[in-house]
This record gives sequence, structure tokens and C-alpha cells, in this order.
Amino acid sequence: MKIDIKSANGHAVAVLSGEIDHHNAKEIRSQLDKYIITVQPSELTMDFSNITFMDSSGIGLIMGRSRLMRECGGNLEVRDPQPYIRRVLRLAGMERIVKIT
Amino acid sequence: MEILNEIKFIMPSLSVNESTARAVVSSFLTQADPTVEELSDIRTAVSEAVTNAVVHGYRRKKGNIEITVRLLPQREIYIKIRDKGCGIPDIKKAMEPLFTTAPEEERSGLGFSVMESFMDKLTVKSQVNKGTTVTMRKRLTAHGY
Repeated sequence: MKIDIKSANGHAVAVLSGEIDHHNAKEIRSQLDKYIITVQPSELTMDFSNITFMDSSGIGLIMGRSRLMRECGGNLEVRDPQPYIRRVLRLAGMERIVKIT
Repeated sequence: MEILNEIKFIMPSLSVNESTARAVVSSFLTQADPTVEELSDIRTAVSEAVTNAVVHGYRRKKGNIEITVRLLPQREIYIKIRDKGCGIPDIKKAMEPLFTTAPEEERSGLGFSVMESFMDKLTVKSQVNKGTTVTMRKRLTAHGY
């Protein structure tokens, strides 16, 4: 699992690579929360284009980061998930909670 | 039950083994030539069941998770995931979408919903202090095998 965060003008993009499951979610959560609390970006995009697997642990991960971003006055976006990951997102009704592009 | 092929494996309830379970099941099922989508569905369902065993079944004490995968006639896949953990007191409640006993770990409470959606049939049997057995079946579309 790898996270690469780039930021410009208050908009941060976190490019996630690898698989999101319960085991990996802890590390991603820890790194993203540290970044959000320290930098307080107005927009955070979680780029899922390099995510090859996600189970419902990813739903908890997105919901938690969405909540934290709102608490810090910002917004979260999920970008470019693979089609079957979109099915997991739809099953959880995530399109009502975060912007998915 | 006529069994065309079968694999059984046992692993300790370590979270790192969630991906091990997915990899072993995927590797075994390649002989059945599932579609990419079918394999994704099965890997996700297996991941959910194994995670439940790690997070909930063996929350208080570590133990073993036993996984059985069978290829049955008519391209049916049978998967059994068994733990000897704390068990589920109320299965009906546990299977309700968004119900979780581990919100501090950001569990979404969607594990059983994902298993039900991505597989054709899901059965959960559990006894408190004895453990939980999740059985799932899925029929693959007709090609190969």
C-alpha cells in the first residue's frame, strides 16, 4: 500500500496504490488523518485509479475521512475508482455522502 | 454433494492474512476460469468473511480461521469460512446493513450486505463462545472449465 499526497492552492490529491482492506486501512487512515489535521486542505481528493481491491473497509475509510474533512471545513472527493469498486460504493450509498467522479 | 475439486487451509486470525485468504482462493479458482467481475465478487466476499472473523470472532483472543473452497458441478463455487471465536448472539441483528459492534475501528457494518450482494447464497451459523461458520455459494457463467 502506498500513498502519495500532492497539494496546490489548498487542494490536495492523495494517490492511493494497492489494496484497501481492514489490515491496510489502518495505515492509510493514520497517514491521511495526520495530513488533514496538519495541513487542513480545503479540498482533498482520494485518487482510486491505482486501487486494485477494496472491500467494505474502504467504506469506513472514506466515511471517516469525509467526516474529518467536514470538521476541518473542507470537502472530500473520490476520484476514478474501478467499476467493481464503484459497485461497493453504490451498495453503501456513498454517492450521497461524497462526490465520486 | 459431488465435489470436483477442493482446497482447505487454516491460518491464524492475523489481519495480514485477509489478503492471504483472497490470494489463495483466487489462485484455486483460476482453474474454473471465472470472469474478472466474478472473481472480484468472490474475493470481496471472502475478504469480508475473513475480516469478520479477525475483527469480531477473535476480538478477545486469537485463534484459527479455516477456509474450504469447493468446485461443484454446473460451475458452482462453494466457500466455507469457519472460526472458533466468540460467536454472534443475534445473527439477524448482525446481518442488518450498517450494524456494527466495532465503530471505533471504522467498521461500516456492511460486511454481510456485501457477501449477500456479491454471492448467490449466504448462510451464517453461530453459537456464542463456540464460533461462526459462513457458507457462500456462487454459480459462474457458462464458459471454460
